[in-house]
Amino acid sequence: MGGWAIAVHGGAGVDPNLPLERQEEAKQLLTRCLNLGISALRSNLPAIDVVELVVRELETDPIFNSGRGSALTEQGTVEMEASIMDGQKRRCGAVSGVTTVKNPISLARLVMDKSPHSYLAFSGAEEFARQQGVEVVDNKYFITKENVGMLKLAKEAKTILFDYRIPAVGLDTCSAGVDSPLVMNGLPISVYAPETVGCVVVDGQGHCAAATSTGGLMNKMMGRIGDSPLIGAGTYAGDLCGVSCTGEGEAIIRGTLAREVAAVMEYKGLGLQEAVDFVIKERLDEGYAGLIAVSRNGEVAYGFNTTGMFRGCATEDGFMEVGIWE
Amino acid sequence: MGWAIALHGGAGVPLALPPERLLPREEALHHCLHLGVQALKAGNSALDVVELVVRELENNPHYNAGKGSVLTSEGTVEMEACIMDGKTKKCGAVSGLKTVVNAISLARLVMEKTPHIYLAFDGAEAFAREQGVETVDSSHFITAENIERLKQAKEANRIQLDYTEPTAKAPKNEKLIGNGDSQLGTVGCVAVDSQGNLATATSTGGLVNKMVGRIGDTPIIGAGTYANHLCAVSATGKGESMIRSTVARDVAALMEFKGLSLKEAAAYAVEGVPRGTAGLVAVSATGEVTMPFNTVGMFRACATEDGHSEIAIWPSK
Repeated sequence: MGGWAIAVHGGAGVDPNLPLERQEEAKQLLTRCLNLGISALRSNLPAIDVVELVVRELETDPIFNSGRGSALTEQGTVEMEASIMDGQKRRCGAVSGVTTVKNPISLARLVMDKSPHSYLAFSGAEEFARQQGVEVVDNKYFITKENVGMLKLAKEAKTILFDYRIPAVGLDTCSAGVDSPLVMNGLPISVYAPETVGCVVVDGQGHCAAATSTGGLMNKMMGRIGDSPLIGAGTYAGDLCGVSCTGEGEAIIRGTLAREVAAVMEYKGLGLQEAVDFVIKERLDEGYAGLIAVSRNGEVAYGFNTTGMFRGCATEDGFMEVGIWE
Repeated sequence: MGWAIALHGGAGVPLALPPERLLPREEALHHCLHLGVQALKAGNSALDVVELVVRELENNPHYNAGKGSVLTSEGTVEMEACIMDGKTKKCGAVSGLKTVVNAISLARLVMEKTPHIYLAFDGAEAFAREQGVETVDSSHFITAENIERLKQAKEANRIQLDYTEPTAKAPKNEKLIGNGDSQLGTVGCVAVDSQGNLATATSTGGLVNKMVGRIGDTPIIGAGTYANHLCAVSATGKGESMIRSTVARDVAALMEFKGLSLKEAAAYAVEGVPRGTAGLVAVSATGEVTMPFNTVGMFRACATEDGHSEIAIWPSK
């Protein structure tokens, strides 16, 4: 027990027909990010710095749904959100509605470190970004051709779903009436997979941290905020653990998923894996999601009730694993 | 068993508040409690009751929500609200509203009419127009009292920069913040109806002199607002503290995982937050109510079917 540990994710809910090259590409990115984190941990960087630098890497790479490569709003633009939490004093920072900041997770960190608040959004967040002198780019930078295509498909899928009068239960809300892990957020995952990114770390001092970043839901309404920037839902870190979630935002919010893992450890004395399993099994109702977590004892765990989750984890004793499927 | 209701108009009441500022607030508590109780007696659902009570509090210019919202550093209003149905755990939240007369009702529409939970700023305003809810010029929400409050806060900030987080001397700090008036305040209502269904609603203008775009605990499920099958919670206080302590969720979690009673769980949750920064109201499925706070005072009121009722500002003896 003890020692550092790190986990990263690139989203829960993966198309089983995802072409092998895409799967490989994703695994390579996860491996690269893990290695970045591991190096940093070996250089004794604190957990909070490690999660930030790893998520920056995930945001910069267009593969997953964060930073560049973010999912598009119904208007075809990008609105990104992120949150970061330092388990040591439970300090936190979050941003939403970010449209020009290259690395939203770093802006979230600045909210935590340099502002009197915990959460800034939209024009206020952008204004703060300029005051802080962070790197900004045109919104177009974040938009990839692939996602433009996906948006089109998503709009069509919505039309088709309604035309075929698939059971209306929950169709106009986020839990699809079609009860299948292959439909998430009301869309087939061949069209849209959540692919939020995140990283959790416990450093050599036993301090935990967590960070999550996303472009959000494909074809989302302007101004829609999901779970990723909400402390307790998509991200949480305390004394005992650090957690980052991904999947159906609405289900994660309603289940206060990240906080739940910590709460059952704190109040029920469950171990990390037990806590993760409990939360995935009992707290998702009809929702689909996944999460990664580390404990202050150097353990790492993950769980998901979706078809696959892009993830990687490593511990100081040399264990390392990158995977997609069960 | 039976119905129960509790509502608040914010924690953090300056000792020096003059009677002419206290009286209208007290009256509002009476009025809203009465409204809520009548609605429960008439068999309305907890969800309908909390919405209607919070609308009333939003319309009252003496509380920090809707009309009477505190101002951002730019002198504007940015309102936020959140509603949650304990039975289904469905929820709705809004932030950054400038023209919507009743933020809580828009939050409810987000919950019922969109596939999302949370809409903010321009997107939320656009949705409001789509839904045809009542909107007015932003100036409607701004009161002279709040313009003054903002002025004092800006002046105090020059002093405040030298001080760190509020210590046990909460009253002193609250005075520092703005000539005897407090920065804290939010409105909320929790209820359990005769069917045993729980609901919560919270609404606020946020923190005086907040940065534009700042979001507090109110619209964050688990921080300022939470309801499930065990209890419904609406919290008030310094948003940043409530967020990191997931106060509202913790009340329910303590009941569920540690078997604490509503009262114990709520007290514990409030104690876990720095002195002078929090208060909450909560009801349980079995009709209990509790209204703990660690500030100098909290505008609050509650009533239960068995006839108990309380309207208060200062700590009960």
